[in-house]
Amino acid sequence: MTMKQSEKNILPVMMPPRARPADKFRLKAWHGVVLAFIAVVASIPAFAAADPTRASMFEVLARWVPLLLKGFVFNVIISMSAMAFGTMAGAALGLGQISLNPWVRKSAWFTTQFFRNAPWLVLLFFAMFLLPFEIKIGGMTIPLPDWLKAMFGLSLPVMANVSEIVRGGIASLPSGQWEAAESLAFSRTQVLWRIILPQCVKRMLPPWMNLYSILTMATVLASIVGVSEVMTLTGQALAAEGGRSDLLIPFYSFVLLLFFIYCYPIARWTVRLEKKFAVIN
Amino acid sequence: MAWTDDQPMVSIKDVHKSFGALEVLKGVSMDVMKGEVVCIIGPSGSGKSTLIRCVNALNDIQKGSILVEGQEVNDPDLDKLELRKKVGMVFQQYNLFPHKTALENIMMAPLLVLKDDKVEVEKLARQLIKKVRLEGKENNYPGELSGGQQQRVAIARSLAMNPDVMLFDEVTAALDPETVNEVLTAIKELAQDGMTCMLVTHEMAFAREVADHIYFTDRGVIVEHGSPDTFFDNATDPRTIEFLGQIL
Amino acid sequence: MEAFYEWARVLYENTGINLPFIYDSYDRDRMINGFFMTVKLSVTCLFFSVVIGIIGAWLQSSPLKWTRRIVGGYIQIFRNTPPLVQLYFFYFAIGTLLPKVTNEYGGQEPILGGFAWAVISLSFFAGAYNVEIFRSGIEAVPDSTIEAAEALGFSRLHIYKDITLPLAIRVVLPALNNNLVNLVKTTTLAYAIAVPEMLYEANQIWSDNVNVTEMMIFMLLVYFVLVGVLVWGMNRWERALKIPGFGA
Repeated sequence: MTMKQSEKNILPVMMPPRARPADKFRLKAWHGVVLAFIAVVASIPAFAAADPTRASMFEVLARWVPLLLKGFVFNVIISMSAMAFGTMAGAALGLGQISLNPWVRKSAWFTTQFFRNAPWLVLLFFAMFLLPFEIKIGGMTIPLPDWLKAMFGLSLPVMANVSEIVRGGIASLPSGQWEAAESLAFSRTQVLWRIILPQCVKRMLPPWMNLYSILTMATVLASIVGVSEVMTLTGQALAAEGGRSDLLIPFYSFVLLLFFIYCYPIARWTVRLEKKFAVIN
Repeated sequence: MAWTDDQPMVSIKDVHKSFGALEVLKGVSMDVMKGEVVCIIGPSGSGKSTLIRCVNALNDIQKGSILVEGQEVNDPDLDKLELRKKVGMVFQQYNLFPHKTALENIMMAPLLVLKDDKVEVEKLARQLIKKVRLEGKENNYPGELSGGQQQRVAIARSLAMNPDVMLFDEVTAALDPETVNEVLTAIKELAQDGMTCMLVTHEMAFAREVADHIYFTDRGVIVEHGSPDTFFDNATDPRTIEFLGQIL
Repeated sequence: MEAFYEWARVLYENTGINLPFIYDSYDRDRMINGFFMTVKLSVTCLFFSVVIGIIGAWLQSSPLKWTRRIVGGYIQIFRNTPPLVQLYFFYFAIGTLLPKVTNEYGGQEPILGGFAWAVISLSFFAGAYNVEIFRSGIEAVPDSTIEAAEALGFSRLHIYKDITLPLAIRVVLPALNNNLVNLVKTTTLAYAIAVPEMLYEANQIWSDNVNVTEMMIFMLLVYFVLVGVLVWGMNRWERALKIPGFGA
């Protein structure tokens, strides 16, 4: 977390953490190897008890990989659409939280807190059960499939978190910027859009990307409410293979690996961006 | 009712300001005529920065009146934007916009607020850069400039709005001693050109040289004031004498 | 209390708003048990995740390269994979590998039940974040302070206990509180392995009574209040621990 360095009387304890020994990991490959290693080691007991007439578990896994990958792509689609909607709604809400109008400000704050305090799974249930399965606008009937409702359910916590990111980003700018801009007779809208927000976008990017990573991992929750994505398909694949207990570790490890390969680069990129923006400031 | 040159440009009458329970200004009055350079000095916490921030409505006041060119600042219906077109302010921390170059910093307000023609504004901005002796730095970002250079850009930025009064809030306090002079020179030239200035400063030698009138504040009141010679050589109040003894 | 239950029953008869967890004693008990289960889960996971965090932070400052790398690997894996899948992995994949015991009905059941696996899985999940948090707290204590302690003859353990940890705790408290709040929200995942926490019981109730809307709104309100109280309590604790003059 970055600390304010503008305070002249800070004690040394509030300085940024000292540089750590540069443990330059061989990024993804190394960690992927560890994960695969753990998966193999953990499956040895199951391996040892395996029936030689049945197909080896890695052969079985290989058979199902294409389907699981397709399922994972669907998770990514859900995460991207939920992120898009959530970000738009959240940005509006975040700006509402700094509005000069007390009603707007309080309701924006309340909405943000309300959806931030709720567990993601509860919000998902909320959307799944309370949204109708079709809506009628004008003369048209628009069906709302399960995955659309799940996407909407997941965009609610995104909205709340983006609202906080926006508010926090704006609040992190020194008040001197507001004062200088106001002293030059800029109107509030001008100050916000020309001076404050352009500076904020950079510092909002790392937490926003971190949120996307969390959201992607949260898409598996949709399996609990019956949406067909990678976890549901894994369950179905395991059932189709007759519920063999020795398949559990390879299959679940594979799903973990998929998410790791997708989310870990995002995490590293986020760290790099944070360092870059800290230096510029 | 219309304001004319013979009336004070800034007229502060019995101003009281509190931050919550803490009263910072306890009845301050002063008049600044057009073209006058006024320096406000005093120990920290005496309220001098708060005072000039009230003049351009960055702080509100609980009691009293501030008239800028006849326009009452302590008025709930005040058009702050109009007031701030007339009153320019330079801050201790410069507060340049880091995402714009020096030239863009100077040009932004006339373009977006006054909606002047872009070619004219650019010409004016380059003139101002020359005036504060920063030719060659037009396309540098604030992060690439030294403190003194940034402060001079900040002065130019406020001047671009063609204000009638300039407020300076301890503008050299955050600078290295070597760069203080370049900023003071810029302010001196501004004063010599006839700009009405209100400066909060610790630079006593500068105040003595440039000011037409000096006000000493302590704990929210004006203790003593006078022309530089009267003030520095013939101070009468014991608090003033003690303060001057500590810093001179 | 009886009057309150009656009121809920009357509410149902008159308006159709069905709150069986108030007027029906069976549902009421289920809901209360669910609440306490959520609290039990949260507190247990909090405790273990903090322990894991402290141990992990200690290990990460080890001079041995491989210790650091293994802890680093653990953190990256648990932070970049879905906690739900981690839970399934522990409960289904590892759980079925463990020996089975005979329960009181004569049936076979796994040695560790849903609650135990939920605690294990969520503690490691939250612990991964805590290691980073504690590490940044420890690093925020400057070398000079540690050196002064060494010069006074403190042993390494004493330094960690009496100097580093008290200072580090105040630095990390905001991040730790944030983690605690997230942990409380994450306990709902235990629903997926049939641990009878609040969401699970709410599901049972709405399956029986077909009052999803009321239950959902109640759930949202309960978590809103629960988390709100937690955040408020944490803020009070942060303020109580504050050292004057220290901190942003």
